[in-house]
Amino acid sequence: MALDQIITAVVAVIGVPLVLLAYIIVGEQVIERLSDRLQTWIRPYFWALPAVGFATVFMLYPMARTVIFSLRNNDDNAWVGFANYNYFFTFPDTLTALRNSLLWLVFYTFFAVAFGLIAAILLDRVRYEALAKVAIFLPVPISAVAASIIWKFMFEYQPVGATQTGTLNALLGVAHHDPVAWLVDSTTNNAALIFVGIWTAVGFCMVIISASLKAISTEVLEAARIDGANEFQIVWLVVTPLLWPTITVVGTTMLINALKTFDIVYVMTNGAYDTDVIATRMFSQLQSNHIGRAAAVGVVLFIAIVPLMLVNIRRFQQQEEQR
Amino acid sequence: MSAEATRPRESAVGKGVSALDNLGYRLQRLPLHLVIIIFCAIWVVPTIGMIINSFRSLQDMGNAGWWTTLFPPHGFTLASYQAVLEIDGVPQSILSSILITIPATVIQLTIATMGAYAFAWMRFPGRNIFFIVIVALMVVPIQMTLIPVLQLFHLLGIQGTIVAVWLAHSGYGLPFEVFLLRNYLGGLPREIFESAEVDGAGHAVRFLRIAVPMTIPAIASLVIFVFLGIWNDLLVALTFLGTSQFRPFTVMIAQLVTSFGGGWQFLTAAAVLQMALPLAVFIFLQRYFVRGITSGSVKG
Repeated sequence: MALDQIITAVVAVIGVPLVLLAYIIVGEQVIERLSDRLQTWIRPYFWALPAVGFATVFMLYPMARTVIFSLRNNDDNAWVGFANYNYFFTFPDTLTALRNSLLWLVFYTFFAVAFGLIAAILLDRVRYEALAKVAIFLPVPISAVAASIIWKFMFEYQPVGATQTGTLNALLGVAHHDPVAWLVDSTTNNAALIFVGIWTAVGFCMVIISASLKAISTEVLEAARIDGANEFQIVWLVVTPLLWPTITVVGTTMLINALKTFDIVYVMTNGAYDTDVIATRMFSQLQSNHIGRAAAVGVVLFIAIVPLMLVNIRRFQQQEEQR
Repeated sequence: MSAEATRPRESAVGKGVSALDNLGYRLQRLPLHLVIIIFCAIWVVPTIGMIINSFRSLQDMGNAGWWTTLFPPHGFTLASYQAVLEIDGVPQSILSSILITIPATVIQLTIATMGAYAFAWMRFPGRNIFFIVIVALMVVPIQMTLIPVLQLFHLLGIQGTIVAVWLAHSGYGLPFEVFLLRNYLGGLPREIFESAEVDGAGHAVRFLRIAVPMTIPAIASLVIFVFLGIWNDLLVALTFLGTSQFRPFTVMIAQLVTSFGGGWQFLTAAAVLQMALPLAVFIFLQRYFVRGITSGSVKG
């Protein structure tokens, strides 16, 4: 069995590039024999076909199909109007998921970007910048699954009186505070999960903000200093506004990540104790074979992302004009 | 940059004053260093704690926190690693992770490079619209596509195979890769392509002999980015291989965590094994890795 898989994988790794190579060479041979007009017409589509084809089969067509599913019953044999959406916006469990996604949207985005900005600015002022950056970037390559296990240990809870083996509760013990059941207590669990998300994202924000911070000319800062601005004013009134375009790019990406949050919640609590978010909700509907409801959740998630998508398209068009 | 500017210069008044100044300057900066050190500690200590725990016995983990192991007797053991690798399906899932990740990366990047070439160096009606659609698709949540794709795989009879996951990953990854490679390819000097055309080189030659070799730096960063994205992926594999014998390591770990009530702690060893590859890539290929990440700043 394992051997079969290995052979299939090797065949794919060698075969797919070879097939594409043959496609290009044979295709071009054929196209070059056509009339000039036909050539210029047909060639671009021939080249774009594999990529556009994949995008159509795996994204465009499924998106349209999901919208239809969301308006039909679970067996896909009758239209049900907006019943699936109605369910989503009235059922208490899904409303909790909606509220939690909103919490993620606000707090995850704000703190990931804010910490990233602060880290970039502070580290710019010390000689061990490179080393400190590695430290803060370290969670980025780690999978959400591994990060969840890392933080399950940090949040580990034992009843009062028992030895606390979780790092955070041990620290609370040192401060003579009762241990907190971080992931069970519904006043702390969402904050705890969101913090894990922030922890994995700050390195990414920092690296990108730092790159554009390095591009700010020192003359601007010198000028501000000569005008008598103190360091705090320089950061707040000069550096941050100059970084604003980058901050909005990173912020948009974080908003999208926040809406798509799935892994951390799935592994750490699996949505228990009121920690569900939209994406985990969709997955559990899918697992219980509520196709129509799952599709409706997917569509809601998509609609929430549309404004951010439009922001990206606008920015892309602006970049194109400058090319 | 600012540190240099505010730093008191060696004054003519004398070395003593200058040393005192220097001390004052250092004291002034103490809070800055403290904040940075605490910041870094929060971002590093949890990972170190878990790695240490993975080398402790289950009993030790239940009796005391990981920090107690820093002092002798350490009592390090490989028991957790042994236990994890003995779980039915775990070695297979590690193999599956490799067999999913490598082909999926190769497939999507070859297709993306070809598509990007068309968008960068060919004019055709609808090119801009197509490309705007691609920019839009980059951020579409894959939840919007899972159900129909699942049905498609059932229809094709490949549901639950690794081939299905290669295709799904390729479909989901392509928009971003086409976008990025098209920008890179489009930035190559026009003269090279024009002179090749004058010399009679067709598009096949221009693509294979000029475009691809010149795009290698971008492709290298992208390979790392895509490879780790698939290696670390949970949702796609969980949806398409959740109950299959070919489920990858991430899915296996996630399912083990949820199914073990108490005593899940030995799964730290699994997490360490899972993150060893990404961390090694990060440490040894830092430059490419960070470049890949920053170029992906628009990918949701």
